[in-house]
Amino acid sequence: MSFTQWLLTFASMGLVLLGLLLIGALLSYGERRILALLQDRIGPNRAGPFGLLQPVADILKLISKEDFIPPFADRMVYTVAPVIVPMTVLMSFAVVPISEDEWLADLNVALLYVLALSSLRVYGLMLGGWASNSKYSLLGGLRSAAQMISYELPMGLALVGIVILSGSFSLREIVAAQELPFIVLQPLGFIIFLVCGIAETNRLPFDLPEAENELAAGYNTEYGGIRFAFFYLGEYLGLLLIAALATVLFLGGWHGPWLPGVVWFSLKTLVLILLFFWLRTSLPRLRYDQLMAFGWKWMLPAALLNLLVTAVLGLFWMEG
Amino acid sequence: MYEFIFYCSSVVAVVAAGAILVVRQPVHAVLYLIVSLLALALLFFLLGAPLLAAFQVMLYAGAIMVLFLFMMMVMNLRIERNRSLRNRSLLRPASWGGIALLALLLWLILLLLFSRSSFNEIDSITVIGPTAVGNALFGPYLMMVEAAAILLLAALVAALYLSQRGKR
Repeated sequence: MSFTQWLLTFASMGLVLLGLLLIGALLSYGERRILALLQDRIGPNRAGPFGLLQPVADILKLISKEDFIPPFADRMVYTVAPVIVPMTVLMSFAVVPISEDEWLADLNVALLYVLALSSLRVYGLMLGGWASNSKYSLLGGLRSAAQMISYELPMGLALVGIVILSGSFSLREIVAAQELPFIVLQPLGFIIFLVCGIAETNRLPFDLPEAENELAAGYNTEYGGIRFAFFYLGEYLGLLLIAALATVLFLGGWHGPWLPGVVWFSLKTLVLILLFFWLRTSLPRLRYDQLMAFGWKWMLPAALLNLLVTAVLGLFWMEG
Repeated sequence: MYEFIFYCSSVVAVVAAGAILVVRQPVHAVLYLIVSLLALALLFFLLGAPLLAAFQVMLYAGAIMVLFLFMMMVMNLRIERNRSLRNRSLLRPASWGGIALLALLLWLILLLLFSRSSFNEIDSITVIGPTAVGNALFGPYLMMVEAAAILLLAALVAALYLSQRGKR
């Protein structure tokens, strides 16, 4: 590659990064407004028109806070941990195809790459909990580790069905293979993927690592200022990533009549994000043993069954 | 550029592996091991094995090391002041004799292997895709895959038995 190509690559990476950070900030505002709407409140409406500048105000407040490291914390790990969460999520976006001819990287192991990065994300929560050296944080970190391991397995198994149907790990080829969206052929896989995705991003029915009523704030109890903002940014970007992945893998990505591909992709992603917000307002938090039992006794066997049926059908009815 | 990345990640892998011996905090040692494994994954990718790289990150760095760290957090291992020099014995030359001998043996075997194969087309890297790996695993090496699966199943049953024994 020549120098100009490298320059172009880095420029587009910077642009995508900026755009994603903006979307992450807007998601935090959108969630607060929609939660307020669903709970018959008003929500943040003071900063700017309709409160649209609320994320700017939040970020300014978090940046201007004192950068404080507790004296009992492990300084090095305490500093590194919050960066891991948004970094792994942002790296995953590199392989998500937005439309037929717009993507950053078409890796031939893209699906595995995304799964690998999502399994690295847990280090941010675990190390944050450990380095804070307080009991609430440690318990939150332990819970997040156990939760991630239990829900990663069914998620990976649910995606194998997609790989069998499309015959490729590349996300672009998976979308290209979906003349009929895979949600029709893999309804069970879609549900498993969605539930595990919510569990991996620690959203409300599964937000045990930061259960406010029993663990103060879980793994981020000792964090404040910009480091706390990093954890939050990671959570919202993770939400966006799960919605985008579900769109790409099960809902047919850019496929759709009349409108251009980017619009279809954004619409489907937006609908899924609204679904996540809706779930957050409607469902109570699970108990911890219920969470683990559900993961191992229901999700995993269901994912295995889905894989078995898909493999048998694929063996007899698919050519090539 | 790719060569630059290759040498950078090689240096990171070696330095991180060395740092495991020196640090005193057990969790820091685990972190260095993770960094070393990630650097190795990058090397695999650059040498034309993307599937191996993905599995390296997913299984070694993403699953096994998470369990390692999990155990350390459950036991809450932190530095004990009076025993902090225990790890230093690894830095004395006397304790390296056996390891050095084994490394020498390994090096000799590698040398023997390399001298037998033709070494001319090292400049061109062929990328082995996921399909080729799958065909190899479920074609000529099927017996090995099944044997490994049965071994893992036996280990699972044994672990279940051992964890149940205390309860009865």
